[in-house]
Amino acid sequence: MLININLNGKNVRSEADPDLLLIDWVRAQGCYSVKRGCETSNCGLCTVFLEDKPVLSCSVLAVRADGKRVVTLEGIQEEGAEFGAFIADQGAEQCGFCNPGLVMNALALFRENPNPSEEEIREYLAGNLCRCSGYEGQMRGIRAYLEWKYGKSHMENEG
Amino acid sequence: MITIRNYIKATSLEQAWQLNQQRGSRIVGGMLWLKMGTGNVQTAIDLSDLSLDRIEETEEEFRIGCMVSLRQLEQHPGLAVYTGGAMKEALRHIVGVQFRNLATVGGSIFGRYGFSDVLTMFLVMDSYVELYAGGIVPLREFSQRGYDRDVLVRMIVKKEPARFVYSSVRNARTDFPVLTCGAACLENQETAYPEDQEGACLENQNAVCLTGRYRFSIGARPGKAILTEDQERILTGEVTEEKAAAFGRFAAGRVPTGSNLRGSAEYRSHLVEVLCTRAAIKLGGQQNADQY
Repeated sequence: MLININLNGKNVRSEADPDLLLIDWVRAQGCYSVKRGCETSNCGLCTVFLEDKPVLSCSVLAVRADGKRVVTLEGIQEEGAEFGAFIADQGAEQCGFCNPGLVMNALALFRENPNPSEEEIREYLAGNLCRCSGYEGQMRGIRAYLEWKYGKSHMENEG
Repeated sequence: MITIRNYIKATSLEQAWQLNQQRGSRIVGGMLWLKMGTGNVQTAIDLSDLSLDRIEETEEEFRIGCMVSLRQLEQHPGLAVYTGGAMKEALRHIVGVQFRNLATVGGSIFGRYGFSDVLTMFLVMDSYVELYAGGIVPLREFSQRGYDRDVLVRMIVKKEPARFVYSSVRNARTDFPVLTCGAACLENQETAYPEDQEGACLENQNAVCLTGRYRFSIGARPGKAILTEDQERILTGEVTEEKAAAFGRFAAGRVPTGSNLRGSAEYRSHLVEVLCTRAAIKLGGQQNADQY
């Protein structure tokens, strides 16, 4: 089937089999930040924005994204690098494999809720699994980023 | 992973229904569960172009299109107010935001999955399933039916005056639940149970459902969610901790449970007792203090 997807701001027309998954389609377009971690729709590593909403690209048919906007980490590199530096500063991840998914979903959280509480952060990012860490480094990185981005008063609702 | 030969975005419900009558056709909801299987799908039918991704709220009811995502349900202000936050509580532990942006209410309800928080929550409300050919069917009846080739168009939730609480137990965050429990305290006994539905609410068809003020829906037993009610009128009057505990024991004795890798039948029955007791206490008056 012929599909037309706006990928990272560019319209891309291509042929796609009916059962081609969006993850495989974006990777075929060179977006290698999008990876498979689990194959059970659980790990969050394949997160992309579909019409601005974070979704698991491993569980979306490419044909269903026809006519829609898809954004991967490649499309928001600046924003991703800005936030990612705070995660790196904490040495939060050992292997870094889960990082692109975490960065995408954290950015989705900040867009939806720029002033999240600790509980809201944990709830929003619950679908991003990291097998190296206990998430504490990531939480420190997120708090530091929000403090830097929005000022100290921002995190005062933490209690 | 499944293989799909043809993919059709239906342009009408009639077309979707016709296509779905053929063997090998499957309606694709969020595709989360479908994707976990194997086998061939001759024609995948997509309902995304039929404007069924909307929640309409009127004075009397919510009309929830089958393609509404679990995240939409979770964030809907009207449902949040009506259920006192129970809808969000039922959904927020399901995997993650990215998953809930895809998973649909139609897929969750039509599947009638044992593990379903969604079925547990809808069952405890006065919910109906609108089928394209089969018309409007109470969910408590639909949940007991076998699979057929009809098209689930939308869910209808009547705004009966009620308060709700919801809780679930998981071995690990985002995992399938070991047990789910939705509970309702009905403000108006007269409308509590349509008489023609008596007896349909328990798997044990010999059980008689009496009209009562409280309704409990227990899922992930690990079988699919079923309703149990306060037939013995244990919870009448002021709900004390003793009454709540007595009801918990009553429910644990009535709700059938089984074992799987997440928990034994014995453990689940214990959870039935604990979750029902807590729900009764919350509905009996402590809800506001806890919630606000």
